[in-house]
Amino acid sequence: MDTEYAVSMKIITKTFGSVIANEKVSLDIRKGEILSLLGENGSGKTTLMNMLSGIYYPDSGEIFVNGEEVVIRSPKDALKYGIGMVHQHFKLISVFTAAENIVLGLHSKGDLNRNAVAEDIRKICDKYGFEIDPNKKIYDMSVSEKQTVEIVKVLYRGADILILDEPTAVLTPQETERLFSVMRNMKADGKAVIIITHKLMEVLAVSDRVAVLRRGKNVGILNTAETGIQELTDLMVGHKVDLNINRSPRGELTKRLSIHDLCCTDINGIPKLCDVSMDVFGGEILGIAGISGCGQKELLEGIAGLQRVSGSIMYTAPDAEEPVEIVGKSPLEIMRSGIALSFVPEDRLGMGLVGNMDLTDNMMIRSYLNGSSPLLDRKSPKDLAKRVVNELEVVTPGLSTPVRQLSGGNVQKVLVGREISSSPAVLMSAYAVRGLDINTSYTIYNLMNEQKERGVAVIYVGEDLDVLLELCDRIAVLCSGHLNKIFEAAETSKDEVGFYMTCLDPEAAGKEDKTI
Amino acid sequence: MNRPEKANKDPLIRIAKRDAISKPRAWGIRLIGVVLALIVCAFVIYAIVHLNPLKVYGSMFNGAFGTEKRTWVTVRDAMMLLCIGVGLAPAFKMRFWNIGAEGQVLVGGVATAACMIYCKSFPAPLLFLLMIVASIVAGALWALLPAVFKSKWNTNETLFTLMMNYVAIQVTSFFVSKWENPYGSNTVGVINPNSNEGWFPAVFGEQYFLNVLIVMTITVAMYYYLKYSKHGYEIAVVGESLDTARYAGINTKAVFIRTMLLSGAVCGLAGFIAVSGASHTISTSTAGGRGFTAIIVAWMAKFNTYVMILIAFLLVFLEKGAIEIASLYNLNNFVSEMIEGIILFFILGSEFFINYRLIFRSKKEADAE
Repeated sequence: MDTEYAVSMKIITKTFGSVIANEKVSLDIRKGEILSLLGENGSGKTTLMNMLSGIYYPDSGEIFVNGEEVVIRSPKDALKYGIGMVHQHFKLISVFTAAENIVLGLHSKGDLNRNAVAEDIRKICDKYGFEIDPNKKIYDMSVSEKQTVEIVKVLYRGADILILDEPTAVLTPQETERLFSVMRNMKADGKAVIIITHKLMEVLAVSDRVAVLRRGKNVGILNTAETGIQELTDLMVGHKVDLNINRSPRGELTKRLSIHDLCCTDINGIPKLCDVSMDVFGGEILGIAGISGCGQKELLEGIAGLQRVSGSIMYTAPDAEEPVEIVGKSPLEIMRSGIALSFVPEDRLGMGLVGNMDLTDNMMIRSYLNGSSPLLDRKSPKDLAKRVVNELEVVTPGLSTPVRQLSGGNVQKVLVGREISSSPAVLMSAYAVRGLDINTSYTIYNLMNEQKERGVAVIYVGEDLDVLLELCDRIAVLCSGHLNKIFEAAETSKDEVGFYMTCLDPEAAGKEDKTI
Repeated sequence: MNRPEKANKDPLIRIAKRDAISKPRAWGIRLIGVVLALIVCAFVIYAIVHLNPLKVYGSMFNGAFGTEKRTWVTVRDAMMLLCIGVGLAPAFKMRFWNIGAEGQVLVGGVATAACMIYCKSFPAPLLFLLMIVASIVAGALWALLPAVFKSKWNTNETLFTLMMNYVAIQVTSFFVSKWENPYGSNTVGVINPNSNEGWFPAVFGEQYFLNVLIVMTITVAMYYYLKYSKHGYEIAVVGESLDTARYAGINTKAVFIRTMLLSGAVCGLAGFIAVSGASHTISTSTAGGRGFTAIIVAWMAKFNTYVMILIAFLLVFLEKGAIEIASLYNLNNFVSEMIEGIILFFILGSEFFINYRLIFRSKKEADAE
């Protein structure tokens, strides 16, 4: 039977315990189209697609493939119907080659014929415009190459319906463009492509239609050509959203940190930071831009005492004349010497918080040593937890709920709330809005601005250049561990910052003979 | 695997995650697990040895609690197991895989036996103090070594602690041959059989009352230590995530060493209780595998030392019951081990039903209507 639709999902409902992930969602995907599935974090995009790819099974509802009703119980079933999904977190074995990963799990008789497999892979690559070396090991690959392997893997298995879960989250702008052109080739070949995303620009750039999910419900399917950012945002959030970020005026600037010739190497001796020097001032937000892994993490952890660095970081307390050296101090020594440093790390549940502990216990992670008693004081952390929950509107069943059960946005509110509560002089944050919905993101931006107005030196490591340009006063661009350039945010553009992210300033490169 | 048909056919059973479940309900499910285990065991017993299962259960109970003496022996052994489990709790909570309780108990026992043999002329209070200190120091040192290596060179503590067990067994064999009595027997025999120096005195006429008192004190103290002390908090954070611990300013190496000293100390003390409070002798089987069984106790209780009391009793009860039916009905050990296995399987299996629920096809259709 041949129909216009590759897949039809009809009144699909899926619940996890009392949480409704998808409620009566219906969705049709045509052959030869790119459909964007748009929605905030936790709106049920991935759950919906996991039911197509056989990871989850719907509580109720029906799925039709090419007009025939099907039951998909496992990823194997899904592949049988030509549905393949590329997950956000790659499922590859790093000691295997690309070709080995691609054929893994396929039952073929006899020995593995590597040449034949390589030939097939090459055919697929030529057809859609991929570039891939079948004999390269996964651990030698960049993120974008790994993603290519995942996509080829799905195509090799004969998928006609491709689901890509947030494929651009890990890619540079250039790599994203390349992926989009591949997607267009697949579309021209008659395949149905679904891209899960929460980036509006990408929706507009690549898709034919866009389905918007909000709180597990399908709130609208639009033709991309007939809509725009504001309409999609309003649909996604459910009410009118002001998309402008306020940048409060700079207050009086006082020098807090003076970083000089900061260097750091990783465990294999590869330099991660090379002679980074900059000053950080109270009363402004200093943005740090750069492709991920260019030394942002090392810089912040170096300041926090979590990373062994060489060079010098002088800290001047608001009420002190003499600056003190941070380099060489352990986190505990930094705390004990009265350096008011707060740090919102990138890995919220892996470093900033303990997932299995409740809100109260998480509040005292950096202050449990207060007081001379060998016993814990749980009273003040409990009060603090209450205050954070009230002031930042954290949605939680109670103070004794393990934080891992909270949604991403609420986890971040707990972490930021705790770090701000210690009235820091320097507040560092790494990817503070990653994975958060729009409302929570704006709450975080406002909190950063509030701290700046109080005279705190805010360091904001971000990945969204639009946000960096609007929120920060200055932007320092890191490239391969070098401080490439510091811009006044008001006087630069996205293109300029993007350019300095990808290639070294000729001047800076000239000074160093060897770059990474 | 049954492949789905073209026709619409839902899977017969689906698994879905539960919400948080209330405590009484969770215990209800565990109880159902035990009851089901007994029913399954009944069938197995009948099918294999053609005995009346109820009678077999009766004699199991009889074996553990049939006489006052038996009851006290059961209590004594449960306390021993509990003590080691409590000793393991802080290490395992820190995700430090201390597989070396067996060795820590043994060296604690050897230290105790040494005091009993060489210092028997000391006044009783001094002798007891000496035995306690010696066993604690011995156990703690045995645990210190792997902890130091882990801190300094990040060695694998599972293998290290495991191998320390064999060293402990060799050390024990050496002392057994040194203290051999009577000559040529290759055993130490009961130490101070007539004068009873270094033996636990009977309290309120009960020989093992002191065992209960000591172990219960440690159990309660450990509960509070893990839950309410700053040290306990550090242990929990280190166990959950080393990165978070560093971020919190915790000196993880120091916590490793400190916690393993504590863990080894309690295990060493268990060796003291085993020698001075129970067997009054030392041999390579003084620990008797309880260092490993205690791991089950610690994990099943999820490091809650109060729950460990229950689990230690259950395991010892099963062991005693198994020995009884083996001798009474002339069965070999395998039947009793099967029963033990089935019951443990059901208890562990009930954890699955506490976290997940099953949805059957027909039920779902009924819901849809």
